[in-house]
Amino acid sequence: MATATIERLIGKSIKRREDPRFITGRGTYVDDVKLPGTTHAVFVRSPHAHARIKKIDTTAAAKHPGVVAIFTGKDMTGVNSLPCGWLLPDLKVPPHMPLASDAARYVGDPVAVVIAETEDAALDAADKVKVTWDVLPAVSATDKADARTSAQIHEVAPSNVAFKWQIGDAGAVDTAFRNAARVVKKKIVNQRLVANPMEPRACLARYDAATGDLTLWVTSQNPHVHRLLMAAFVLGIPEQKVRVIAPDVGGAFGSKIFLYNEETICSWATRQIKRPVRWTSTRREAFQTDAHGRDHVTEAEMGFAADGKIVGLRVKTIANMGAYLSTFAPAVPTYLYATLLNGVYTIPAIHAHVTGVFTNTTPVDAYRGAGRPEAAYLLERMIEAGAAALKMDTVEIRRKNFIPKFDNGFQTQVALNYDSGNYAAAFDKLLRMLDYRKARSDQEAARKQGRFLGIGFSTYIEACSIAPSKVVGSLGAQAGLYESGKVRVHPTGGVTVYTGSHSHGQGHETTFSQLVADELGIPMEQIEIVHGDTGAIPFGMGTYGSRSASVGGTALLMSLNKIKEKGKKIAAHLLEASPGDIEYANGQFQVKGFPGKAVPFGQVALTAYVPHKYPEGLEPGLEETSFYDPSNFCFPFGAHACVVEVDRDTGQVKVLRYLAVDDVGNVMNPMIVDGMVHGGIAQGVGQALCEGAVYDEGQLVTGSMMDYALPKADMLPMYETDRTVTPTLVNPLGVKGAGETGTIAATPAVMNAVVDALAPLGIDHIETMPLTAGRVWSIMKSAKR
Amino acid sequence: MYPAAFDYHAPTTVKDALKLLGKLDDAKLLAGGHSLIPMMKLRLAQPKHLIDLGKVKGLGGVKEEKGVIVVGAMTTHWEVESSKVLKAKVPVVSETAAVIGDPAVRNKGTIGGSLAHGDPAADMPATAIALGFEFVCEGPKGKRTVKVDDWFKGLMETALKDTELLTTIRIPVWAAGSGACYMKFPHPASRFAIVGVCAAVTLDKGGVCKKVGVGVTGAGTRAVRAKTVEAALLNKPLDAKTIEAAAQKAADGVDVQADLQGSVEYKSHLCRVFARRALEAAVKRAQG
Repeated sequence: MATATIERLIGKSIKRREDPRFITGRGTYVDDVKLPGTTHAVFVRSPHAHARIKKIDTTAAAKHPGVVAIFTGKDMTGVNSLPCGWLLPDLKVPPHMPLASDAARYVGDPVAVVIAETEDAALDAADKVKVTWDVLPAVSATDKADARTSAQIHEVAPSNVAFKWQIGDAGAVDTAFRNAARVVKKKIVNQRLVANPMEPRACLARYDAATGDLTLWVTSQNPHVHRLLMAAFVLGIPEQKVRVIAPDVGGAFGSKIFLYNEETICSWATRQIKRPVRWTSTRREAFQTDAHGRDHVTEAEMGFAADGKIVGLRVKTIANMGAYLSTFAPAVPTYLYATLLNGVYTIPAIHAHVTGVFTNTTPVDAYRGAGRPEAAYLLERMIEAGAAALKMDTVEIRRKNFIPKFDNGFQTQVALNYDSGNYAAAFDKLLRMLDYRKARSDQEAARKQGRFLGIGFSTYIEACSIAPSKVVGSLGAQAGLYESGKVRVHPTGGVTVYTGSHSHGQGHETTFSQLVADELGIPMEQIEIVHGDTGAIPFGMGTYGSRSASVGGTALLMSLNKIKEKGKKIAAHLLEASPGDIEYANGQFQVKGFPGKAVPFGQVALTAYVPHKYPEGLEPGLEETSFYDPSNFCFPFGAHACVVEVDRDTGQVKVLRYLAVDDVGNVMNPMIVDGMVHGGIAQGVGQALCEGAVYDEGQLVTGSMMDYALPKADMLPMYETDRTVTPTLVNPLGVKGAGETGTIAATPAVMNAVVDALAPLGIDHIETMPLTAGRVWSIMKSAKR
Repeated sequence: MYPAAFDYHAPTTVKDALKLLGKLDDAKLLAGGHSLIPMMKLRLAQPKHLIDLGKVKGLGGVKEEKGVIVVGAMTTHWEVESSKVLKAKVPVVSETAAVIGDPAVRNKGTIGGSLAHGDPAADMPATAIALGFEFVCEGPKGKRTVKVDDWFKGLMETALKDTELLTTIRIPVWAAGSGACYMKFPHPASRFAIVGVCAAVTLDKGGVCKKVGVGVTGAGTRAVRAKTVEAALLNKPLDAKTIEAAAQKAADGVDVQADLQGSVEYKSHLCRVFARRALEAAVKRAQG
């Protein structure tokens, strides 16, 4: 039977299958899961940045109507510290107990949990828990943490230093700088950010006393990681007795990778009281306790030859870890940051030194981009500062320094080996979209009228598809970084996919269905994507670091190939042909060159489960599992441009144009990639213009939506975006990863545009973000010219 | 529920509301709830009783009475924003309401609730001062009317007594040849006014300023009248130079507060910038 060629879906903007349930309010988030007999947990948290706990008096609270139990750290015997999952040489790992019992080390540090019949009762009773504090000196400033006068936060970490780490060749940089025509030195502050996903963190833990099983519903990007760390490392429960379910998750930006105190405590508590325990974070708790991002203070030096060629880069960064080491915290300012300092440029000598410090602040960990935005921001700021020093055009200096086009491998000075790149091509496309010459003449005309227009660029490279296990293991990761994909074909030809990666906004149900539909030639309606349940999916590593399509997608592709291979054997038997003569096309197994001699996919599926006429020795069933551990990271890149105007009266920055050319390799769903780019740009602009977590002696001053400014729609112009396509050879799909590009590129583009706008005042650098109107006005006012 | 427990009362007449207010210990009046409820959710406010004014008859609506627009205190910002009467007679009041918060806030928040609360960064106080609103309060001893210059007393403090209810806001309609404008520099997070200035002017046929009102909100602990600005404009032809010179005095008498959004110097400067911008727009409108 002949079939028409089925239209391929990969590469098409298929509307997201998951959206109808989300936009009609019918998603199932953790807080939507209802269990009979559920109790509610409220945490008693430290109001002090640093304080010894002298006494916790729960007497009055325990008498409050509806209270089921109150626990403090002293009650949690036999429980271990929350683990740090990435170890560096000589890393100081202080204990991080789920409930602090000796001292609280940041505002929000939980010291007791009140569990009651209702949330009201728990809140009221929590107000009655009396903690006697001995308030200690606190330190929150990144660049003051290791000062002699600063408070000592952990016994194991003298001077509050968590680690000192370096990469690159210091001697080579010294030599390069001696011979440089110009060395530009700048202080660069990459401020602290709060992730603020739409759905706050939540958990619901249920212990089944009859079976001894524990089920945890939790807002997680990686339920297996949660299960492994929490069950095996902290609570000492066998993994097979624990099921972790991350249902619909309303955004994360990295903040839901980590194992937190609250789900650990609820999972422990349900075993004590033998009833389900629920906790849902308030927005105020989210500001105080969700892992924060960034927070670097850096001194950077970039050396240039007279013609503008970069000869070397020296970087000294202090990275704020917060009060404790969050799950992957040490990796972020080291292997995810300094290894990217080669950027898209030929830099013959690089050396970076990073000091991680403890402070009395919320722990810091991966936030969208994680280390890579900090690296790109530094490089792009330095190259434009270099252009100013050398009186060169910012376009010209970049062109001089791009790594030339390569198809299969470029070894950087800082460990990484890039897969494929054509950096100048993306930049050239961007310049055409911008009409660079016209943009500069518009700027000139505006300057003559006294208006401050600025044009800023950024280029970036990103290491994503976070993997491979062997490499990350050698760098200190205590986990492997592969992904799993299982394909179960049902007797009627329907397909269920079980992926170890996790969607919390990425659209897996759509893109993975597109992949399956294309590979098997069946309609999307016949395909279900299951993720986020350790009881259903094979062990997987979850979603972060733009890895789902490239690593998770490839694992899925491997299983699809196995399905087809087995199907060919079944079909060959049915067609009385040799398996080697069977090909799969348009949803049917056919004898090569004879589309009329074929069996459809559904018939093969049925035969696999009703194996009456079946090949000798072949197992029944049609279900395959694969684990994919890639050979390398993937390296998306791109170039962005931003045009701004600064209001000379108020200092207000208005983004007039924003342009992006990204190269994320092959694109599975352009609409979804566009969406990720758009959202990422908004977050990157947000960091440049308005976001910033501010502490005052350990108190979080920006602890609510009233004070912490997220980017809003009216701050952003209509984006002008396009792509170049340089497929990776690392994975068979040729996809690189698209989740973080905008966040990485937008911040330096906006900053560079503002600095350019203020150039008539003699300004060539601004140390600190965000560029609030007040800050820009002060900079203009104190400018020399 | 995030707030601490409280008793809820829903009177249907002003009389009953006042009775409850007099009788109950530690009671708070609830209007649109967009200032009080967030404070209660954070448990920063823990009143024992809430007296909801939502069902009280006669506190809503906008009507014109002898050259004065009478607005019920429970009129929502959205109703103020969209009122045909206000848009025709005192458009700056509708325009000011339109830049308060977001649509959700404007649909619930009320003009009376906001003006009685006295948030130093609220928008309407600047316009109330510029136009010369009057506030009708009812208490156990009957009604009294308070002029706007006696209304804003300090940080979240107004002339409204603990035993009183703000029932009506009276907005004067300025003569022909008048124009007014509210200009605001919003906080990037909350969208409250970092600085907001409302300017209203009446010009005679020769372009001379015969009446002027300038209110400044956001910068200090309470909204204030920019008296020195007004004095510099009254009975003068309002050319650019005069406006510029007058606007320079816009921070006089404002107890400007520094915060994350800027220094005292910066916010004082913003007062001057927005005074100039608001005056320029008001004059343009007055000129038709």
